[in-house]
Amino acid sequence: MHPIIQITDVNKVYASGFKALDNINLAIKPAEVFALLGPNGAGKTTLISAICGIVNATSGQITVAGKDIVYDYRHTRRLIGLVPQELTTDAFETVWTTVSFSRGLFGKKPNPAFIEKTLRSLSLWDKKDSKMIELSGGMKRRVMIAKALSHEPAILFLDEPTAGVDVELRKDMWELVRQLRNDGVTIILTTHYIEEAEEIADRIGVIKNGQLILVEDKVALMNQLGKKQLILDLKDPLTDIPSDLADFNLQIQNEGMQLIYSYDTTKEHTGISALLQHLSAASIGFKDIKTDQSSLEDIFVSLVKEST
Amino acid sequence: MNRYAVAAIYKFEMARTKRTIFQSIISPVISTSLYFVVFGSAIGSRITEIDGVSYGAFIVPGLIMLSLLTQSISNASFGIYFPKFTGTIYELLSAPVSSFEVLLGYVGAAATKSIILALIILATAHFFVPLEIAHPFWMLFFLVMTAITFSLFGFIIGIWADNFEKLQVIPLIVITPLVFLGGTFYSVSMLPPFWQTVTQFNPVFYLISGFRWSFYEVADVSLVTSFFVMSGFLAFCLLAVTWIFKSGYQIKR
Ligand SMILES: Nc1ncnc2c1ncn2[C@@H]1O[C@H](COP(=O)(O)OP(=O)(O)OP(=O)(O)O)[C@@H](O)[C@H]1O
Ligand SMILES: [Mg+2]
Repeated sequence: MHPIIQITDVNKVYASGFKALDNINLAIKPAEVFALLGPNGAGKTTLISAICGIVNATSGQITVAGKDIVYDYRHTRRLIGLVPQELTTDAFETVWTTVSFSRGLFGKKPNPAFIEKTLRSLSLWDKKDSKMIELSGGMKRRVMIAKALSHEPAILFLDEPTAGVDVELRKDMWELVRQLRNDGVTIILTTHYIEEAEEIADRIGVIKNGQLILVEDKVALMNQLGKKQLILDLKDPLTDIPSDLADFNLQIQNEGMQLIYSYDTTKEHTGISALLQHLSAASIGFKDIKTDQSSLEDIFVSLVKEST
Repeated sequence: MNRYAVAAIYKFEMARTKRTIFQSIISPVISTSLYFVVFGSAIGSRITEIDGVSYGAFIVPGLIMLSLLTQSISNASFGIYFPKFTGTIYELLSAPVSSFEVLLGYVGAAATKSIILALIILATAHFFVPLEIAHPFWMLFFLVMTAITFSLFGFIIGIWADNFEKLQVIPLIVITPLVFLGGTFYSVSMLPPFWQTVTQFNPVFYLISGFRWSFYEVADVSLVTSFFVMSGFLAFCLLAVTWIFKSGYQIKR
């Protein structure tokens, strides 16, 4: 399947000389939900802005549906809806005018019925004549989403859609993402909440210092979550693993004072009792025993630390 | 051509006027009326006629130009500056619109507004002085040309400005003096020779002269000269705006 977005060797150096994107290569598949994770200042917004045409990439190429975003911007931008990170709205406009304006701006014929449907689906219908300034933050965010959906885009960018949003609205947001995905909309979202990525993403990308340091199927990542570690604090330091323990793929840590055994909790036989039997047969004594499970959060944190 | 986008911008901007009706329409009407009272009545009682036109009537074209110029500039510059200020510009930048279409929407709306305003002022003036328009076609032609040219100029200022001071400084320190020194309240022939020469370099002088000719067939310079200066300034603004769009100056990061 052809990627709906193809990013090739993209770099961005801001006028200040700061390199915000460092040789990004990424292909987004049609109708997938792609979650972009990364610490503050990693370059998530910059990457999205480059695809949407808000910042110019310094070098590299981006295509959307096979068309170059610079030369064929009319074609590519029509396909894209963007909900920016910041809630910037015209304070004195009504919900209805601001959403209708967006539809026109993106080259679509006025369609009040569609705008009504969109507003209803976001529980904004009773607010249609309210001025933006009269809305709460959560409502404003929904209006931003309505604006982005007003021209029926094939691709939706959500830059931190659930930042500062209450639990209920977050759930609604997830539900909306699922619905849109079922309708065939490709969704790229950024988030700081790992559980959000776990909940709704098909693939996860991690960006750090402008570099894409990991792109992985969520399922593959989650499988790593099934991995658990058994940590044995030894009585006496061990320099080598005895040959009859080779099958267990043990690791020595902490100057020989710790033995680590990795196992899969989803398997029927974890091999723990066999290991313990082998250890006493080899007369390796231990003081303490504990287990450790890596979460997506750990993976994320260690990735982000590693690349520093 | 994304005509829905041009229409959307145009409608949006016109709606903004409706909301700020006082600021956009009423206040220039009031200030123009004050000019009539102060200049027309007070001074008009001393200077009875210039070039065979009563003083009150003589200043009408200049007063209309004063409002037309300042309103065109402020409407257009504010229109494009405001989204930059609030951040809603992200939507324009990510939309499938060309710079030219954005310009068409903003400049079109700004020019429309100031033309409406000019016609309202013309009607207001009619209450104070008897008016006759010798060449209605030319009157409208100058009105429309000026509105478009200075809306374009305002658009450029709005793109260039990165704070409210910059937004206001050009209209304040450049345009207002040019209009006042461009023969709104007097005929240039009334000035000493030195100032007559200085006036030759004031583009607004040609505008007012041409515009006044369309009313009373009296002018300080020939219609052809006015026409060419006008077109020259329009061409200059078009070139400037093209250059700005080519270089992406101040809009995109
Ligand atoms: N206009 C600009 N000029 C110079 N540097 C900029 C500009 N915009 C962003 N940056 C820098 O680029 C880097 C990436 O910013 P970006 O907004 O893309 O981060 P982010 O991953 O979205 O962060 P956050 O999670 O805080 O939203 C930051 O270090 C930021 O300071
Ligand atoms: Mg960001």
